[in-house]
Amino acid sequence: MNIKKTVIATMLGLSAISANVQAEQFTVKIENLTNGIYFTPLLVAAHDSSTKLFQTGTSANASLEAMAEGGDISGLVADIAGTSPTTVENPAGSLLAPGASTTTSTLDTDGTANNYLSIVGMMLPTNDGFVGLNSWEIPSAAGTYSFTINAYDAGTEANDELTTSIPAPIDFGTGTGGSGVATSDSNTNVHIHRGSIGDDNSTGGISDLDNSVHRWLNPIARITVVVQ
Amino acid sequence: MSFLKIDLRTAMVTAAIGTSMLLTGCGSSSSHDSTVDMRTYEVSVSNVTPNQPFSPIAVILHTSGYQAWVDGESASTALEVLAEQGDNSDVLSDASDHSAYLTSDSGAGVIAPGTYESVQLEVDAQNGVSLSVISMLVNTNDAYTGINATSLAALESGESVSYSAPVWDAGTESNTEAAGTIPGPADGGEGFNASRSDSSDRVRFHSGIVSSQDGLSSSVLTADHRFDNPAAVITVTRLD
Repeated sequence: MNIKKTVIATMLGLSAISANVQAEQFTVKIENLTNGIYFTPLLVAAHDSSTKLFQTGTSANASLEAMAEGGDISGLVADIAGTSPTTVENPAGSLLAPGASTTTSTLDTDGTANNYLSIVGMMLPTNDGFVGLNSWEIPSAAGTYSFTINAYDAGTEANDELTTSIPAPIDFGTGTGGSGVATSDSNTNVHIHRGSIGDDNSTGGISDLDNSVHRWLNPIARITVVVQ
Repeated sequence: MSFLKIDLRTAMVTAAIGTSMLLTGCGSSSSHDSTVDMRTYEVSVSNVTPNQPFSPIAVILHTSGYQAWVDGESASTALEVLAEQGDNSDVLSDASDHSAYLTSDSGAGVIAPGTYESVQLEVDAQNGVSLSVISMLVNTNDAYTGINATSLAALESGESVSYSAPVWDAGTESNTEAAGTIPGPADGGEGFNASRSDSSDRVRFHSGIVSSQDGLSSSVLTADHRFDNPAAVITVTRLD
């Protein structure tokens, strides 16, 4: 017991010393834990305290809209380039399928103020849904940190749930002929997504999404950060 | 700092081994064996769903290395049996055969919505202690809630910690919600079926019940059987 107490005390002392030192090298694992939703190429960015990829309660800019509606992260990358972030673009190399995971190469923030982690990627098939992490402070202490994150709505496109409004690089099992669930967004700021409703009619109904496949509940993904 | 921490851990292990060897060398009685760390935990599972009874809980204490499931991977047959039928015996049996197993208990029965059940387990935590809990939401095809290998090592005597538990989809049976496929009182249908009928044979978070009242006309379930996360509040108290 004495040995244990000594070790604990030593560890506490050690972490107190290291608290001033920020994380320098880490990897980020993203697990898609949805039933039937794919993530488009993800943007994983370590950045300073004043940079944000998105913020709830504010209107999405054109770059966030392009990501959420079309899966294009290039605008967001350009937006934050001036702050010299440490980024990994598209770690999965393609769509991240339901149940699949991807781990970034090592992000090295040595000598930077990039102590905050953000992640975005469009959810397919949705109109403007995206998986998001906003400015999570990266711990300084070495270790494995795991948590779950939620689905957001960019507020830029009505959730009509029609394939004519949703890009489809692969077959997501969607239908056709829906009349459209919604014609506008009540909340046009970035907000927590209410979820898709879908229906059980692949050639009609109100939605082209399948209510047994394309629904989700929060959370939708797990993030695991390993600080070296 | 990472290197220092790793070194420290190595040193701690070395010290522990050294101590244990020393004790062995002295022929010391167990009363001097400082490595035994007996603890008693109370695990309480509260069902906070509207109308999803929980099957008898499987509660497992173990060291690191055991996992009843891995998100994104295929469920074991034992987990499939629990998630489709509510029978925890195979999960408990598999766990007891695992090298990381410490002890386990089964709940006495179904935990109705709005109620809870507690079990107590005594364990020697000298090599660490983690908790896994699993229980089926019985008015579903293959949904379950629980805790997946969460460390209790830092929980001090007299302290409690609560977890809000989400719902997983075992990925072993298609979520048809159809008559004859759900073992709970909403249907009284089939439990375990060895065929893996889900389009994706992977454990992931559950997408929820659709129900006949929300657009799945072939569902035997109603809005009453829908749930959101969390489904359970699991409270762990270290009694001593």
